[in-house]
Amino acid sequence: MPADRTLDRLRAAADVVRTAGEHDTVAGVPARYVAAPRDTGQAAALLRAAAALDLAVAFRGGGTKQDWGSPPRRLDLILDTTALTGVVEHAAGDLITVVRAGTRLDELPATLAGAGQQLALDAPLPGGTVGGAVATNTSGPRRMLYGTVRDLLIGVTLVRADGVVAHAGGKVVKNVAGYDLGKLVTGAYGTLGLITECAFRLHPLPATVAYVSRAVDDLAEAGRLAGTVRAAQLVPTALEVDAPAGGPATVTVLLEGTPAGVTARAAAARRLLGADATAADQPPDGWARCPWRDGDVGLKLTAALSGVPRLLSEARAAADRQNLPLALRGSAGVGVLYAGLPGASDPERVAGLVDALRATTAAVGGHTVVLTAPAPVRDRVDLWGPVHGLELMRRVKQRFDPDARLAPGRFVGGI
Amino acid sequence: MSTTTTDLDALAAALRAAIGADRVISDRQELRTYECDGLAQYKVIPALVALPADAEQCAAVVRACVAAGTPFVARGSGTGLSGGALPRADGVLVVTSQMRDILEIAPDDERAVVQPGVINLAVTRAATPHGYYYAPDPSSQQICSIGGNVAENSGGAHCLKYGFTTNHVLGVELVTPDGDRVRLGGRAPDAPGYDLLGAFVGSEGTLGIATEVTVRLTRLPESVRTLLAAFETTDEAGAATSAIIAAGVVPAAVEMMDALAIEAAEAAVQCGYPAGAGAVLIVELDGPDPEVAAQFGQVESLCRENGAFEIRIAADDAERALFWKGRKSAFAAVGRISPDYIVQDGVIPRTALSEVLRRIGELSAERGIRVANVFHAGDGNLHPLVLFDAAVEGETVRAEEVSGAILDLCITHGGSITGEHGVGMDKAKYMPRMFTDDDLDTMQLLRCAFDPDGLANPGKVFPTPRLCGEVPGRRKGVHPAQEAGLAEVF
Repeated sequence: MPADRTLDRLRAAADVVRTAGEHDTVAGVPARYVAAPRDTGQAAALLRAAAALDLAVAFRGGGTKQDWGSPPRRLDLILDTTALTGVVEHAAGDLITVVRAGTRLDELPATLAGAGQQLALDAPLPGGTVGGAVATNTSGPRRMLYGTVRDLLIGVTLVRADGVVAHAGGKVVKNVAGYDLGKLVTGAYGTLGLITECAFRLHPLPATVAYVSRAVDDLAEAGRLAGTVRAAQLVPTALEVDAPAGGPATVTVLLEGTPAGVTARAAAARRLLGADATAADQPPDGWARCPWRDGDVGLKLTAALSGVPRLLSEARAAADRQNLPLALRGSAGVGVLYAGLPGASDPERVAGLVDALRATTAAVGGHTVVLTAPAPVRDRVDLWGPVHGLELMRRVKQRFDPDARLAPGRFVGGI
Repeated sequence: MSTTTTDLDALAAALRAAIGADRVISDRQELRTYECDGLAQYKVIPALVALPADAEQCAAVVRACVAAGTPFVARGSGTGLSGGALPRADGVLVVTSQMRDILEIAPDDERAVVQPGVINLAVTRAATPHGYYYAPDPSSQQICSIGGNVAENSGGAHCLKYGFTTNHVLGVELVTPDGDRVRLGGRAPDAPGYDLLGAFVGSEGTLGIATEVTVRLTRLPESVRTLLAAFETTDEAGAATSAIIAAGVVPAAVEMMDALAIEAAEAAVQCGYPAGAGAVLIVELDGPDPEVAAQFGQVESLCRENGAFEIRIAADDAERALFWKGRKSAFAAVGRISPDYIVQDGVIPRTALSEVLRRIGELSAERGIRVANVFHAGDGNLHPLVLFDAAVEGETVRAEEVSGAILDLCITHGGSITGEHGVGMDKAKYMPRMFTDDDLDTMQLLRCAFDPDGLANPGKVFPTPRLCGEVPGRRKGVHPAQEAGLAEVF
């Protein structure tokens, strides 16, 4: 075998590099090398080497969202964060934690629960990492009360495309010193830099929870009920609609608080939802999960709150017109819905549905993004759709990654 | 860059042509009105003032500045306390106070759309009849503008539970530093693309000027209960705060005042706080009736267990307002007990509260400078009021030393040099104590993407002039590009 000088030079930077295997792909694009740095210093050395070698780099945590976003235009090195793990600090009295990016999100509850605390981020795909959740800005039902990654991330350590390490924010919740680069890299799909450490604000674990649910026959009714709950004084943690293809829909309200408070609010929620509403202390099936499986088409639909009933009804009607079984699930209380279609769906029909969904979401102030799809669908549809401020975004990318080596083409507008 | 009188006359003419003669001020006496913001120790008379009526006029002003190569500074009500809206002698002050229409209150969307000059409290007043309010509440909320709040990411007492301005701003239309109008975010969450909205909020006018702001409206709580607890020491009040948080209670607000702050507030507004208190806490809970009822008793007990010698519970809105009156007037009130004072703004981890307050006391004693403490105890956002008399030889310098030492204390304990007032002009020199050169250079990458010519509020936030286009990194002496006349420092 001829000597691989690129591999040698990467290994000289940090001896945590191997040649890529058949599963080392990003949205179907194969890589040549995989490196798994154990700390920020190694990650920086690897990115400096990659810059010197003009290698295109993509980042990977648990790999659960590697097929989200557009395929990179070129790819040499996958920088894998699964060795970059662990809780650096948990200051319980200050309700903050600092976590390395490769730490699995579903491992944090066990660490934090001892202090009666939680990082209030849902993990829609089991096995995802903290860094992956930040990079793709995933969220789940509890965003209604606690906000999303952008609201909970208070500090970040980044390694830039040129290998320079930068920090922004800090370890206190209230902090307005300097630019909030944490928000800039949240949802940036690894196109601006590698996130190696995150500081988050935490919340106390609730003493009691209740899930109050009611099945409804049509989606317009689900939307109307969601509006009724929002206008009441329940202060729900989540307000979800789950509408599987071909089945009845369910509206679920999550209430958290003191035992006496939750009992009283759950009773009020049952009165609001209707006589056949039920209360449980466990979440319903599929709670906080994307309504699709590996290889399916996954969509994110957003709307102004008043547009949620219309979006629910029109999305289902548009799918029916295309004869596609559309599963809808999401946060009616904040105007974010997820939708799933079988991976084998005809790409033309999917494209027709995406067009219709874009028209509807635009009419209610929102967007339709195709998060993941099989290659034939990707070839047929624009995953991201129209984006405001794209020119400014291009300028930001140009400054942070002038050689376009970080996941080139993966993000909006070909960034 | 230097601006000559002829250049200025030409720019004034261009501005008058673009937005109308009555919207441009060039008379030196009238300009003097705008020589400072809420931080009056810095004063600079702007070269020109423009008062655009709408977003298009605002964009026209910025385009005229770009064409002339003239820096511009945006200003709302001018209540900022870090010199963020301090004018430039060679620049245009763009005052947004005439853009003050509430464009829409949409309770069904839990949104309001407002122009930047709208007063913070006006949003709540407009939303209240619909059962909603605007949660971020800086102490200056009766006079500060939403545009200024967005620029400074300025919060207030209710941030602990409800988050900061950045959590409540869902969209902006801005005029970029090259005069384009761009929309970021909007009525629906999670717009695709980079979160430039998140980067813009709190950027202190260095990334452009907000011309329209979409904010989240929050449901008015079913129940609000407020107590005032008096302690002999700030240590006890701090311990009570920690105990409340440790119990899993998230109050709407936890505010603390020490003896000197109480003395000042009593002198100013006669709020009638308990006599002999070394510290008072104001704790407010809000939310659904059954939750507030369950937790309020717990808070009361925790205050007593940690040494509260008197607890008063507000019986009605009037009593609650009286509790808050002392707190909200404290900054202004110290004017009654000291000829001059510095309002400092720093943040510490809540668990360091006792230690930091003790050290502030020591600093005060060592330097012979009184410090009154009034602050957001729940989130560790300190507001030490450093009192001095400028007429006494050396006191001003000593006060500034104490003020700076307090910021160093915040940094040493892992905190921040500002929690809500911003970096502005005043604290730019402290940024390198909190951030490395690499950190600051990385922030400059964002700045240069928005503002390659460095015309938007130059000289604020960042300590060292930087050149867009240079390779970030440590630099000594004059930059070669500048020496060769190829680039300007901003």
